[in-house]
Amino acid sequence: MTESPNLVAFTPERLETVKEIIARYPEGRQKSALLPVLHVAQEQWGWLSSDVMDYVAGILSIEPVEVYEVASFYTMYHLDPVGKHVIEYCRTGPCCLMGGEDVYGHLKQKLGIDAGGTTADGLFTLKEVECLAACGWGPVFQIREQFYMNLTNEKVDQIIEDLSK
Amino acid sequence: MARKILTEHINVPGIETFDVYRKQGGYTAVEKAIKTMTPEEVVEEAKKSGVRGRGGAGFPMGMKWGFLAKPEGVPRYLVCNADESEPGTFKDHHLMKCIPHLLIEGMIISSFALGANKSFIYVRGELMYVIRILEKAIAEAKAQGFLGKNILGSGYDLELVVQPGGGAYICGEETALLESLEGKRGNPRNKPPFPAVKGLYQSPTVVNNVESIANMSWIINNGGDAYAAIGIGRSTGTKLISASGHIQKPGVYEIELGVSVDEFLNSDEYCGGIRKGHYLKALVAGGSSVPILPANLITKTAAGEDRLMTYESLSDGGFATGTMLGSGGFIVFDETACIVRNTWNFSRFYHHESCGQCSPCREGTGWMEKVLHRIEHGHGSMHDIDLLVDISKKIEGNTICPLGDAAAWPVASAIRHFRDEFVWHITHPQEATAPGAVYMGEMVLG
Repeated sequence: MTESPNLVAFTPERLETVKEIIARYPEGRQKSALLPVLHVAQEQWGWLSSDVMDYVAGILSIEPVEVYEVASFYTMYHLDPVGKHVIEYCRTGPCCLMGGEDVYGHLKQKLGIDAGGTTADGLFTLKEVECLAACGWGPVFQIREQFYMNLTNEKVDQIIEDLSK
Repeated sequence: MARKILTEHINVPGIETFDVYRKQGGYTAVEKAIKTMTPEEVVEEAKKSGVRGRGGAGFPMGMKWGFLAKPEGVPRYLVCNADESEPGTFKDHHLMKCIPHLLIEGMIISSFALGANKSFIYVRGELMYVIRILEKAIAEAKAQGFLGKNILGSGYDLELVVQPGGGAYICGEETALLESLEGKRGNPRNKPPFPAVKGLYQSPTVVNNVESIANMSWIINNGGDAYAAIGIGRSTGTKLISASGHIQKPGVYEIELGVSVDEFLNSDEYCGGIRKGHYLKALVAGGSSVPILPANLITKTAAGEDRLMTYESLSDGGFATGTMLGSGGFIVFDETACIVRNTWNFSRFYHHESCGQCSPCREGTGWMEKVLHRIEHGHGSMHDIDLLVDISKKIEGNTICPLGDAAAWPVASAIRHFRDEFVWHITHPQEATAPGAVYMGEMVLG
């Protein structure tokens, strides 16, 4: 538990969003808001520290462990600090058929990191993910809400250069 | 051109907006259902249509609706499963992104039929941009009086909530999805009780796939009988197929059920054939979990009949020589694909996605991944092949949910049809681990 929970707080706009989310569910079912609220939290802090998870537990009137067990189950939640851009690279079959492994090798070389790593400048974190439901446009990776599709080594170079500016 | 039910207007500019969708005849089915029909009559049309669950299970939707318990004073829920995560499947992603109002309209009709006043669309969290598209469409529909209190003056109320997931394939299993929607880990529930009796918040609940629900506006406008007249036998209507892999034109196609696999694979209207200069080696017809088929069993059944894109024809021959339509995730492999590597890849996926509740799945998927990894990397032994078959048999049927089966089938079928290739990896470890090496019978490519 955090000793000074006031250090962690949603911005007023995000707090409004969170209240709107909680209001979607029937009375007493506010725990249903947990996944969406954790997405909002991650949007604000980039990752979910135990202080942030405790804060969310307080908002939803649930036990902190109920937040931890959920945050650690679902792969989209980052439980460690991440870089500015988190590249979530699809490693599943259909993307591999389209050359996904070769492009991935190139991407790792370009960034100089392996899966789970963050570049020294803190710009990029690389994560391997499973199928992103975009198999017809593979190879694919995602950065936040943006899908990057039909990837080639050249495209990867361009994307990384654009995001490094 | 084949008949289109879901995608007829998908390329109309601005179809994602209420106004354009409405101009194309959108929301007339809601008006018809709510103003002129009883909920029971809507359920009856769904039953007549014969439309089957499009997420992969293929269970008749109308019959599923018929199981919904209706105790007095207890709310009922409709939950749309938009957690599309089966490798090779991207049709719901495409449909929701391009024509969100088709799903919203289907949700209104279906919720009315089931007597639900609050319904949910559970979308995989990676598709946050699609969630925003859906939320915008819901706000538009609400502003026009098609959602909210007293819809079209009928006294019927409905709120639609879009719920993001958190990145877990298992939440596509309907009871795991409900757990997740309650803010918990996605651990599938033991059944019975089925969701139709105790689902979301322990209330009667129906969970249907996006594509299944999206069919409802056409079914109401044209009648369940008209829908059932499309297709062959118990494979009624149309189906969205997600085509990927080594084909000329990957993408999402709407087919009338009953088109031949040959036509779907080779005609310019659909996949356009195998990419130039290559030839067909294998097919996964219905998402990564269904049995893989070798080239000689794809366009023809073992009995020599034309293989059709129907639930029945694709499963002709059982698992010995057939497969399943599943989710319609149509993954095509040409001769450059290594079956061992692909099977290892799929096994890794299922191991990663196993929720861990049932030992056969939690442990077995990991063992299969490890054994396949060592075969693929030149450290396998002949005993490993039988070991894989043995593990797959011990997972299949021994788990709370079908993820165990889904993990077992690709391994068992790959060995059934491509055993030589596994053997070659074991007997020729150096050749097999050379970059790009692929077994091709007597020849070796790479």
